[in-house]
Amino acid sequence: MTESLSLEIRALHEVSLTVNGELKTVRAYPMERLLDVLRHQLGLTGAKEGCGEGECGSCSVLLNDALVNSCLVPVLQAKDADIVTIEGLAAGVQLDVLQEAFLKSGGAQCGICTPGMILAAHHLLRRKPNPTTEEIREGLSGNLCRCTGYIQIVEAVAEAARRRAAA
Amino acid sequence: MTGDHIVGVSVPRKEGRDKVTGRAQYVDDLTLPGMLFGATVRSQVPRSKIGKITFGPGIAWDEFIVVTARDIPGKNVIALIANDQPCLADGVVNHPEEPILLLAHSDRHLLPQAVAAVSIEYDQLPALFTVEQSETRSEVIWGSDNIFKSYLVEKGDVDGIWKKADYIVEGEYKTGAQEQLYIENNGMIASFDAQQGMTVWGSLQCPFYVHKALMALCNLTADKVRVVQMETGGAFGGKEEYPSMIAAHAALLAIKCGRPVKIIYDRLEDMAATTKRHPSRTRHRTALSKDGRILGGEIELTIDGGAYVTLSPVVLSRATIHAGGAYYWPNVRITAKAVATNAPPHGAFRGFGAPQSLFALERHMDRIAQVVGLSPVEIRKRNFLQPGQMTTTEQTVREPLDLVRLLDRALELSDYHAKKQRFAKENELGTSRKGIGIAAFLHGAGFTGSGERNLSSVVGVEGCADGTIKVLVSSTEFGQGTKTVLCQIAAETLGLPYENVEIAQADTDQVPNSGPTVASRTVMVVGKLVQSAALGIKQTLMGSGLLGDSYSAEQFRSACRTQVAAHGQFRSWARYEAPADVFWDDDKYRGEAYAAFAWAVYVAEATVDMTTYNVSVDDFLALQEVGKVLHPVLARGQIAGGVAQGIGYTLYEKVIWQNGRMQNGQMTNYIMPTSADLPVVRVFFEEMGNVHGAFGAKGIGELPMDGPAPAIVNAVEDALKVPFDSIPLLPEDVFEALLAKREPQSVGGVR
Ligand code: FES
Ligand code: FES
Repeated sequence: MTESLSLEIRALHEVSLTVNGELKTVRAYPMERLLDVLRHQLGLTGAKEGCGEGECGSCSVLLNDALVNSCLVPVLQAKDADIVTIEGLAAGVQLDVLQEAFLKSGGAQCGICTPGMILAAHHLLRRKPNPTTEEIREGLSGNLCRCTGYIQIVEAVAEAARRRAAA
Repeated sequence: MTGDHIVGVSVPRKEGRDKVTGRAQYVDDLTLPGMLFGATVRSQVPRSKIGKITFGPGIAWDEFIVVTARDIPGKNVIALIANDQPCLADGVVNHPEEPILLLAHSDRHLLPQAVAAVSIEYDQLPALFTVEQSETRSEVIWGSDNIFKSYLVEKGDVDGIWKKADYIVEGEYKTGAQEQLYIENNGMIASFDAQQGMTVWGSLQCPFYVHKALMALCNLTADKVRVVQMETGGAFGGKEEYPSMIAAHAALLAIKCGRPVKIIYDRLEDMAATTKRHPSRTRHRTALSKDGRILGGEIELTIDGGAYVTLSPVVLSRATIHAGGAYYWPNVRITAKAVATNAPPHGAFRGFGAPQSLFALERHMDRIAQVVGLSPVEIRKRNFLQPGQMTTTEQTVREPLDLVRLLDRALELSDYHAKKQRFAKENELGTSRKGIGIAAFLHGAGFTGSGERNLSSVVGVEGCADGTIKVLVSSTEFGQGTKTVLCQIAAETLGLPYENVEIAQADTDQVPNSGPTVASRTVMVVGKLVQSAALGIKQTLMGSGLLGDSYSAEQFRSACRTQVAAHGQFRSWARYEAPADVFWDDDKYRGEAYAAFAWAVYVAEATVDMTTYNVSVDDFLALQEVGKVLHPVLARGQIAGGVAQGIGYTLYEKVIWQNGRMQNGQMTNYIMPTSADLPVVRVFFEEMGNVHGAFGAKGIGELPMDGPAPAIVNAVEDALKVPFDSIPLLPEDVFEALLAKREPQSVGGVR
């Protein structure tokens, strides 16, 4: 480790952010990824690292209501932001309608893409409560799933939309 | 007993709730106290002697743990089939990315610079990168002839058929490598303690493969090695054997530093260093009668195994047995070999050799149809295997197979004939061309030949103190629904609600060896054993008078509680026994290759954009006979997911090689299909009714990987009237083929 490098990346900063409704303060390297802060410091391991370069969406979280790849967000950029992770979606033991629909329709196989996929779907349904199949496919196209071929995921999202509309 | 069936019903996935809430624990989600992080220093060159290793400046090396081959307590091999693959290269490397030494540190951020600061002098040797180069033996890089394994299958008299033939049709077909691309990268944690021995937790398919490898490497007895499978984020064969390597690395670091060590690959490392589907080349020469019946043929099949044997002999075996497909060959000679090259070893990937040889065959059938002047449908119908006939390995078809009916049903469901006509007409206009193609095929379930007998798998079922049931298997869940389906089978057998049955974590200290989770064997082979073991529980309770002939779930639980209270641990075991009438000759490659085959007809509809040369699949119909469907939602998910990977294999996923190294090891440049790219796959099941497996279920997981490539490429040929004989088929390949077709016309000026 050279001196200059260690000074630069070993200087910790204090960052406050709201995660799943709770205010948190962490000490992190300025360029540290939001994904790592969530997973390593806050113990929220629901967001996964599939690629580390913004391609797969398995690290998706909501940042001030926008869907972001947390592997691309330096934690400083999340300062004072409102973050929602998969852990914040269910209200206690009661699953969200989307989570129930994923369970029922076979939307989760190995499950590694599922947290990101459900958050992407959640984000989509906020903007478009009654999406067409095409809109669902487009809306989820930033989240890769190697197991399902997406069919049962798309069906789960359509089912959740129906159930939310009926509620 | 409850009257409701559990088998055949889409009950909730056992681990589903944890997966949708983000609570499911994958290996990277686990942190142990005092844990260090490990990284691997790998070869930069394909084949070389290793010279001086220098630990460069700028790194606080005294903070790092360093492990080389000299630190290995046992044998420096990853024990599998041939034991030729070292855990850490010692003196020589045989492929790029071969592990040479290991580093560990408590701060994972410091590892990449440290890995980069290790410089290694290489004294390079000539290397081989293709099947053709390997065949020339210009260099001998493995054994005496660069051949890992070869098989010869002979049936009838092939040499006598050529003069009787009305047509002889030849073709050569190639398939590329394919990356499994599970979304969870490989990872392992190891912890060592002189008393307890070695424990590893990881993302893996086969706990006892890892167990065996660690025993040999660390020189430990079986009871001193424990392997625990964490939730596994996709595998598809890619976590069948390479996890043994990563576990070995983590284990060596853990022994050296006395603390737990975690190794998690990033995407680039996972793609470049771990296994992929074997590239292949298949040559067909087929003799036919005037009316399009196969008289016989020669099939020559070669797969590229990479630098070490690993699983190539077994992959080649499946490729060989599937090479004749779902057709009747009165005479056939199949010569198959797996050759060595200086690329990272190729390995298991869903389908395991069958997608390669079936692509060749199903493309070849369309070529035969053209030569003979029959339709793709008719040529298949005339040659389909029928009950009583024998496959290429002389296995008699004993089930009431009716492939003509299966094909007709697929044509009807896909509206094949009407579409084919319509596309032919519409293709004269417009800026795109449409086509429709079919593939008819089979997939053998379970291990090949004597494999299941050699595995001799064991399954346990436990009656617990609270009256519930626990299934004990080393079969792993990685998305397919292993946990769910095996619990369904136990529940159905015992007449209990599904909720009363749980399954143990795949932990070698807790479960017996039910064999590897591969080869579409879990439901059919392991499921049947779960059924037997569960019956054992029931018989014990009945025999001891605790349970009557008919009982309620509560009565069962109460009987079980009483049994445990009186006698302690209550377990029943079942071991695989090969049916007496099963014959297999490993030398001649003749006999009952598989306990059961699943059968399928897939129909693909494709559009080629004549401006971009992009091929899209517009409709995909997958009709299969897989015996009894135990869980409709999971079964459909397996088929749809397999077809999606098959579409990727055909149209998207191209590994770009340079000197044996993958050049596009990122998700930005190795492209798999997104939700916007794929059609709705229409999945249908036929049930023929048969006696295999638990409740009549056959294997299902790999079958859907076999059909998409030939069906789609057949559709593209139908659209463009140009044959394509290799995959992947990317827009540039389509463009080049069309250009080549046009060229002779512009030169000669004659049509
Ligand atoms: S890990 Fe962030 S997009 Fe893949
Ligand atoms: S469920 Fe495995 S990647 Fe989506």
